[in-house]
Amino acid sequence: MSVLDSKVPKGPLKNKWTDYKNHIDLVNPANKRNIDVIVVGTGLAGGSACATLAELGYNVKAFAYQDSPRRAHSIAAQGGINAAKNYQGDGDSTYRLFYDTVKGGDYRSREANVYRLAEVSANIIDQCVAQGVPFARDYGGLLDNRSFGGVLVSRTFYAKGQTGQQLLLGAYSAMNRQIARGKIEMHNRHEMLDVVKVDGKARGIIARNLITGEIERHSAHAVVIASGGYGNVFFLSTNAMGSNVSAGWKIHKKGAFFANPCYTQIHPTCIPRSGDYQSKLTLMSESLRNDGRIWVPKNMEDVMAIREGRKKPTDLSEDERDYYLERRYPAFGNLVPRDVASRAAKERCDAGYGVNATGEAVYLDFASAITRYGTEQAKIQNIKNASEAKIYELGQAIVEAKYGNLFQMYEKIVDENPYKTPMMIYPAVHYTMGGVWVDYNLMTTVPGLYCIGEANFSDHGANRLGASALMQGLADGYFVLPYTIGDYLSDDIRTGKISTDSPEFIEAEKEAKERLEFFVTNKGEHSVDYYHKKLGKIMWDKCGMSRNEKGLKEAMAEIKALREDFWKNVSVPGGMNEMNPELEKAGRVADFIELGELFAKDALTREESCGGHFREESVELDGEQKGEAKRNDKDFAFVSAWEYKGEPADAVLHKEELEFNDIELKQRSYK
Amino acid sequence: MSKFFTSSIGRKYAMALSALFLMFFLLQHFAINILSVFSPNAFNEASHFMGTFWVIQYVMQPILIFGVMYHFIMGFILEIKNRNARVVKYAKNNGSANSSWMSRNMIYSGLAILGFLVLHFIDFWIPEINTKYIQGDMSGLLVDGEGYRYYEELTHKFVNPLRVGAYVLAFVFLSLHLMHGFSSAFQSSGVSSMRKEKLQAFGKAYAIIIPLGFILIALFHHFNH
Amino acid sequence: MNLTLKIWRQKDSKTKGQMVDYKVTDISEHMSFLEMMDVLNEQLINAGEEPVAFDHDCREGICGMCSMYINGEAHGPDRGVTTCQLHMRMFKDGDTITIEPFRAKAFPVIKDLVVDRSSFDRIQHAGGYISVNTSGNTQDANATPISKHDADEAMDAATCIGCGACVATCKNSSAMLFVGAKVSQYALLPQGQVEATDRVKNMVAQMDLEGFGNCSNTGACEIECPKGISLENIARMNRELLKATFKS
Repeated sequence: MSVLDSKVPKGPLKNKWTDYKNHIDLVNPANKRNIDVIVVGTGLAGGSACATLAELGYNVKAFAYQDSPRRAHSIAAQGGINAAKNYQGDGDSTYRLFYDTVKGGDYRSREANVYRLAEVSANIIDQCVAQGVPFARDYGGLLDNRSFGGVLVSRTFYAKGQTGQQLLLGAYSAMNRQIARGKIEMHNRHEMLDVVKVDGKARGIIARNLITGEIERHSAHAVVIASGGYGNVFFLSTNAMGSNVSAGWKIHKKGAFFANPCYTQIHPTCIPRSGDYQSKLTLMSESLRNDGRIWVPKNMEDVMAIREGRKKPTDLSEDERDYYLERRYPAFGNLVPRDVASRAAKERCDAGYGVNATGEAVYLDFASAITRYGTEQAKIQNIKNASEAKIYELGQAIVEAKYGNLFQMYEKIVDENPYKTPMMIYPAVHYTMGGVWVDYNLMTTVPGLYCIGEANFSDHGANRLGASALMQGLADGYFVLPYTIGDYLSDDIRTGKISTDSPEFIEAEKEAKERLEFFVTNKGEHSVDYYHKKLGKIMWDKCGMSRNEKGLKEAMAEIKALREDFWKNVSVPGGMNEMNPELEKAGRVADFIELGELFAKDALTREESCGGHFREESVELDGEQKGEAKRNDKDFAFVSAWEYKGEPADAVLHKEELEFNDIELKQRSYK
Repeated sequence: MSKFFTSSIGRKYAMALSALFLMFFLLQHFAINILSVFSPNAFNEASHFMGTFWVIQYVMQPILIFGVMYHFIMGFILEIKNRNARVVKYAKNNGSANSSWMSRNMIYSGLAILGFLVLHFIDFWIPEINTKYIQGDMSGLLVDGEGYRYYEELTHKFVNPLRVGAYVLAFVFLSLHLMHGFSSAFQSSGVSSMRKEKLQAFGKAYAIIIPLGFILIALFHHFNH
Repeated sequence: MNLTLKIWRQKDSKTKGQMVDYKVTDISEHMSFLEMMDVLNEQLINAGEEPVAFDHDCREGICGMCSMYINGEAHGPDRGVTTCQLHMRMFKDGDTITIEPFRAKAFPVIKDLVVDRSSFDRIQHAGGYISVNTSGNTQDANATPISKHDADEAMDAATCIGCGACVATCKNSSAMLFVGAKVSQYALLPQGQVEATDRVKNMVAQMDLEGFGNCSNTGACEIECPKGISLENIARMNRELLKATFKS
């Protein structure tokens, strides 16, 4: 019997959450006033959790490293949020959303959690509209939907290309209401340095005021971590510069198991790297693949000619181009899921067909869509014998209406007009499905310590579908955690205020201080970024879009060596009693290096290909699916939850077996 | 309500309202002055009416004086407040990249207009008040008794080329002030003139035609007498 | 390209700051402005000096964290972009670039180019929300149709990223575009009507309390706003306040 208890309630799938809610212990309103909850991170999950917890009556202390909760990286989500509203009457239902999410996650998520997510998804939309989130509407004044990759219905609600922003501002406004009422104590520009455990329970955190450098102790009856994903372990990702794993990693070191670290989503349509100075990558919405065709030149001579500037992509005729997605996946073509599209681009670029100076770019071409729309428009507008230029002009107007802001963004960054020459794209790290292991209550393996949103591992399995991250963050924060945490806190109504003068707090603060002192006094040779870039290169080369045993073993050894060098030779300018962005980075990179090693170990252990995790050893050997990812349900239908034992390489694996009672396991096919 | 007029937006409204009133007054003033070019008689009649009709003298005139004073004093108060809202100034500021010279320098065009008003008061208003309310001569007639005195007084003032020059310059500043002020007053009152092109075009026309008209009147009298 | 940078250095909020000259070499025109700053900082760290502190996070123009006044303009000379989206191709080899923090009494400098914009948060606390409980039991999202025109206009106002470029640019350091955008978003939606009166009054009162200047309609904020928030929002806020005053 595993030490892991997922605490999934008994009973039929569709009644689990309702029955569960009906039977958990509650805290009466008068007692809630005496209970404090700390929330670290104020993105969609953290922000919404703060708002609901405060509204229920708990005293919330919220922490964000940014200068305002409104800046959390949830704000950058573009596409939309899924909800099983079935407003379009196209056959959507809670079950279908649940099914799509489990299938999209390549059958590596917990059924009960995903079903609950699908169940509360509709409430999210109601809630957000009531808060004044300006979702897109149709001419009748009702909410509009769009459709997203991997599903057969239109269930995605959106606010232009800024859905994440609008939802975050909604959660932020709900927080503002509680801040004004004094129910949320907001600590901006604060970073959590450690969690404090008293008698085995999470009872507070040590935080650093990023303006003054002061180290502070904060106590509470429960601690919620909502610090987002760890994509920045790759150095280059679409995450914000400050996005980090530290909160998650610190609690891992204090006893919270870390689950499936190797599940990373690599998004196929990002703007390629242009040089070594690059600090981050920019995502272009997945929706572009609806009309764009992806290709590289067929012949190596053309690749060289393009790289050297002797030829332009538009000089190549149709039969000199290799539309490799259409060639390999005739059924889905350019609309294969994210992981498949990403790997295919990498395959072509590894073979030497990359079309920019770095060799890591493929074309996303809108010429045929423009011509198609143009011809259609010419017909609609009854223009006889329209010239090619006229058709192009008409088509361009349609494409502009659909993707104008994305094209403009591309042009600002790359300085090329994507209406005239194909866009260049390349996959980039985007989202991490793995994270801190939590049970059905969203509680980690440490009592009183919760983890929500992207920071936990729960709902997306090995691959996340588009427009599901926002859904999960808000579901956890608004509607799940505030209920489940009551079950735990109902035992704490007589505890009273937690003292911050206990030995546990003093010890944790001392450790945190010592670490900072080390950084500012260690006059090493290399900057923090030097190590971060090195780590990123190892991760991208060996733990990136495709992985193999040899590479992963090398990665583990290299990361370990890097870690040893880091602790000898890192150099951090400035002091610790002042604003010091380099010191902040040093702490974060130190944790990324440790996580990187566990990441490689996890990838090494999972000898199957599933979702975002592709092992070169685990592919279909023959038949129609030859060369495609091969999942192994017999041996690997489990969640890998890692227990910290000192060195990342020594972490102990605990398996949570995944049971599928309501869904039949199937191989994905896009041929 | 008192809270409203001490709020930043309330003050904007008050500035806008006083500005709208002053712009209306200016139009009226212009209408009478232009008569002097075409018909000295009509000008005299109109001036006498304005100078003796009780509603104008005892109701409108105090309102006008209040409006002028308010607009100036509030303009200065706001300017001081606005300057205090930025303690350390920019080492380099490229204001022309995003706004017009007129909009950024309302205080200076306003000061030039204030200077002109002082001159104008000395020239016309103080002698007028003196004649009517201190000397008690409400007849509006010339001292030698032949007809109204207004036209004579007007033309007399425009003999000195220095004074005419000062008038011309002042009206150039008035034009610049109105160039921004007209649409700004509407924007402040919640009517978005910045967006309503017709209103904006009208504002531009007003800001050019009225001051130019005053200039032409001054020049006309200067060169014809 | 090679550049001379004149950068405002200030140790902390209490110390006096000054402009300091730096040189950077071999800057690629494809770099973003912040990547150029990264190069400078790496150079400073390697020389044992303190790097320049500046706010930044998402580096894709949506979080609103980056905030530099470059060559006399908020977010630099390009239009419709934040500093992180500004590219070095906007500059020429040999240029001297002046880089200052956003300046306003209500945005005190914390360090170097980092400023404190919590005044914006406090304005939001005063009324930047709709008082609805997060029970999830609110009415169905489609129960109240909202005209597409109003929803789109509310969305345009809501795209504000709270970067503060409007304040930094305004010769009066006025925050009216920011406050106007938030007031407008809720004023345009039926959900926002119930609290409309108090919202606009409280938010404007808080704005005044924070020490922002008054609007004189220069329109600079609209031009420099990376998200193109329209001046119309200020006019709407003015109307809303007038309405609120008459109502009570």
